Amino acid sequence: MPTYNLKINGKLQTIEADSDTPLLWVLRDHVELVGTKFGCGIAQCGACTVHIDGAAQRSCSLPVSNLQGMEITTIEGLSEDGSHPVQKAWKEIDVPQCGYCQAGQIMTASAFLNDNPNPSRTEIRSAMQGNICRCASYNSIEKAVEVAAKELS
Amino acid sequence: MKTSNKINFSRRAFLQTSTLASGGMLIGFNLFTACKEDVKPPIDLSLLNYNDFNAFIKISDEGKVTIFSPNPEIGQGVKTSMPMLIAEELDVAWDDVHVVQGALDTKNYSRQVAGGSQSLRHGWEPLRQTGATARQMLVNAAATRWGILPSECKTKNGVITNSNGDILGYGDVAIEAAQLEVPEEVALKDPKDFTIIGQGKSNVDIDEIITGKPLFGLDYKVEGMQYASILRPPAFGQKLVSFDDTATRGVNGVNDVIKFGDKVAVLANNTWAAMKGKKALKAEWNQDSQAESTALHDEKLMAILNGDTFDTRREDGDVKKAFAEADTVLERTYETPFVPHNCMEPMNFFAHVSTNKIELVGPIQTPAGTASRIAKMLGRDESEVSLEMTRMGGGFGRRLYGDFALEAAEVSHLAKKPVKVVFSREDDMTDGIYRPAIKYRIAASIKDGKLTGYHLKEAAINSNMYGLIPNFFPAGAIENYKVDTANYKSNITTGAWRAPYTNVLASCEQSFFDELAETMQVDRIQLHKDLLEKVKGTTDEQIQYSPERLQGVIDLVVDKSNWGNTKEGVYQGFAVYYCHNTHVAEIADIEMENGYPVVKKVTCAVDCGIVVNPLGANNQVVGGVIDGIGHSMYGELTFENGMPQSNNFNSYQLIRMHQTPQVDVHFVKNNLAPTGLGEPTLPPVGGAIANAIYAATGQRLLKMPYMKHYEPQKIIG
Repeated sequence: MPTYNLKINGKLQTIEADSDTPLLWVLRDHVELVGTKFGCGIAQCGACTVHIDGAAQRSCSLPVSNLQGMEITTIEGLSEDGSHPVQKAWKEIDVPQCGYCQAGQIMTASAFLNDNPNPSRTEIRSAMQGNICRCASYNSIEKAVEVAAKELS
Repeated sequence: MKTSNKINFSRRAFLQTSTLASGGMLIGFNLFTACKEDVKPPIDLSLLNYNDFNAFIKISDEGKVTIFSPNPEIGQGVKTSMPMLIAEELDVAWDDVHVVQGALDTKNYSRQVAGGSQSLRHGWEPLRQTGATARQMLVNAAATRWGILPSECKTKNGVITNSNGDILGYGDVAIEAAQLEVPEEVALKDPKDFTIIGQGKSNVDIDEIITGKPLFGLDYKVEGMQYASILRPPAFGQKLVSFDDTATRGVNGVNDVIKFGDKVAVLANNTWAAMKGKKALKAEWNQDSQAESTALHDEKLMAILNGDTFDTRREDGDVKKAFAEADTVLERTYETPFVPHNCMEPMNFFAHVSTNKIELVGPIQTPAGTASRIAKMLGRDESEVSLEMTRMGGGFGRRLYGDFALEAAEVSHLAKKPVKVVFSREDDMTDGIYRPAIKYRIAASIKDGKLTGYHLKEAAINSNMYGLIPNFFPAGAIENYKVDTANYKSNITTGAWRAPYTNVLASCEQSFFDELAETMQVDRIQLHKDLLEKVKGTTDEQIQYSPERLQGVIDLVVDKSNWGNTKEGVYQGFAVYYCHNTHVAEIADIEMENGYPVVKKVTCAVDCGIVVNPLGANNQVVGGVIDGIGHSMYGELTFENGMPQSNNFNSYQLIRMHQTPQVDVHFVKNNLAPTGLGEPTLPPVGGAIANAIYAATGQRLLKMPYMKHYEPQKIIG
C-alpha cells in the first residue's frame, strides 16, 4: 500500500492507504480525528468540511493522493480549546441540537468569514447553503455567523 | 396517550440511596415503579407515549454534583433539561453540575426511550421530587450535626446555613445524609422561586460538539474492531439468490465476507475498504413478493378512499343525515408521500458478541427493547447484554427501530469479532423505515351557514393514525363527526417519523379549514374560535385538547404576527393544532419571487406549560417549524419496481439555509406542568404554508410536496 505525508493541523503524519481513500476516512479511521463527520460521501451535505490551504473543502471527495504538501485543518485544529470566534459564537447562541453537522458548519463559516469578515445576511445565507442541518438549526447558525463576524471585523 | 398529568408514586418504592465506595452519596429513583399503572411494554407506537425515567444524583465530598441522564439524547435536549429539574430542587448551582449519559440499566432504570415528546411531561414531578428528596436528606444531616431542627436550615447553591451563622457544603454531609431514612414528604419549590428552571441553559455537550470530540456512534471504536458494510436487497420484496465475492476479497483491507439471511456483510480494517468491498460484490436477486411502485400506491389508496371498507375510529351524531340535509358540501382529497428520516449521522452500531457477554454501543432511541431483541435473536440471557448509548446525530423516529443494531450483533456473532456496522448514505436512504404515504378525504356539510358535519377518511400504507388522534381538534366541536381509517399492506417498511400521522394530518385538516372558512364566508380565525367555544366544559373524556389553551395560542399568534395588517406583497396563512400534549398556532408569511412563493417568516405561538429551558425550547420550536416546511415543500421518496428512486442528497431535497424563514417564537406564560416540544410545532406548519400560498396565488395545494405540484405564476413586471 502506498504511503502519503500529510500535514494535518500543523503536524506531519505518514499515512498508509489506498490512493483513492478520501481524506474523510483517513482522518476518521487512520489518525483518530473523528470531529470531521460522514454525511453523504458525495460532497452534498457539508458535514465533512475541512480547510485545505485555508479554503473550505469536502473531505469525503478528496482522495488522499492529491493532498501532499497542503495544509489540512480540521475542527480539532481550528483552535486548541474552542476559542476561535466562530466556535465561541456557536456556544453563545447555543446553536446545536443533535450537533452532528456542526463541525462542518463551523468549518464552512470560519473559512467564509476569513474571506469576507463583514458579510451581509444574504451573503451568509448563500455561503452556508452547502451545509445541511437536519435539525434545522439554520436560524441559530445565521445568528452565530453574524456574532462571529462582529468579533472578527 | 395519557389524559392526565398526574403521576402517583410511592417514594419508598422508588428512592434508594447508598454511600459510594469513593465517598459521597448516590440517590436513585425509578419511575417505572412510580407509574406502574400506566406502563406497558413498548409493543406499538401509541405506547411510546408512556415513557418513564429515572436518574441518579451523585454528590462528591467536594460538593460537585453528577447527574446521570438516563434517556437517549437525539438532539431534543433532554440531556440538558431533565437534569435541570433535579438540580433546581436539589438547590445547587448549575455550574457545579456535571451531566453524564447513563447506560442502559434495566435494573435501576426502566423504559429508557426517546419518543413521543414525553420526557419532560413525565419527568416533571418525579425528577423534581428526586432533587427535593436529596436536598431534604442533606439538610436533615446538617441539622443533626448542629443539633437543630431541619426547618431552621436554609439551602442555596449547594450550601446549607442556619441562623447561628454555621455553614456546611453538601459534600460535607453527603455520606451522613445517604445513611438517613428517606423522608416521606418533601416540599417542592413554588415556581416563583425557581432559579434554574426557566433560565436558558446551553446544551451540556456544547464544548465537545464545537471542538469535534468523539460523541456519536460513528465515532466509537475499539482495538481490533471490524468495519462492516452490508449489501441488502436493492428492492423491497427481493431475496438473495447468490453472490460472488472474488473482487471484494481482492480489496485492500477487506478481511471477511459473511452472508446472513438475505444480506452480505463485508468486514474490513477501515470504513472505506468495507464500502469499496461492498461495491465490488456481485449478487443475484429474485423478486419474492410484489415489486411496488408509487403509481401502485396511489391507485390502491385512492381505491380505498373511493370504497366503503373502513374502521370507524370516532363517530358523533349522524354524519350521513347531516350530509343528506346539507345546503353545501365541501369535499377535498389530500395526498402525502413517503419520506425517509435522513438523520445526518447514518445508521450505525457497534456489537461485540463473545462467549460470556454481548457488548453493544451506539445511537438508539429504544435501548432496552433492542438489547432484549438481540438477546432473543442470539438465544442468550438478557443479563449478558450491556448497552451504552452514544449521542445521536438525529433520530426523528428512525432510531426507534434497532434493525442496524441487530445486524451488528448477528455479524459480530458470526465473525466472532467486535464489529461496527456502518450505513452509507445510500444504505440509509434506501433501507429505511419510512413515513408512509397517506391520503385523506375530508368532507364538511354546511346548512344555513353553519358547519353541521365533518367526515375524515384516512387511507394509509401499512398502518393508521394511532391512539387518541381521532379525538384531537376538531373532534368535539362539530355535532356530526366521523373519522374512518383503512390501510394497504405494503412490503415497504414504514414506521414512526417525527410526530407520526399528525405530521401530515394537521397540514391537510388545516388546509381544509381554510377553504371551509372561505366556503362558509366566515373569518378563518373566528371559525376556529367559535368551534372551540363549543368544546368548553365538555364532559367527553376522550377529547384530548384544551379549547381554552388552543384559543390562547390563536390569540397570541394573531397578536404577534400582524395578521391582516401586513405590508403589500406579504401573504399570510394560519394554522392551529394540538398534538403531543402541546397547543400550537402558526402564521406563515410568504412573498412571491420570480413567480414562486418564498416563506419569509413563521410566527409560532406555543403553550407547553412552564418552559423549562428557554434556549433548548426555542431550538426545538424553530427546528420543528423549519423541518415541517422543508418536508411539506420538498420531501418525497418515490418507488419504481420496489426500489426507492432517491438515494442521496443529490436526488433528495432537504431544506437548506437559503430557503429558511425566520421563525418568531412566543410561549404562553403560565405555571402549568410542562409538555414536550420535540414534535408538536411540526404538524401544523404545512397547513399554514398551503394557506399562505393560496392567499398569494389562488392555488389550493392538496398534494405534497407542494413545490412539485405548484404551478409557477407568470412573472409580472
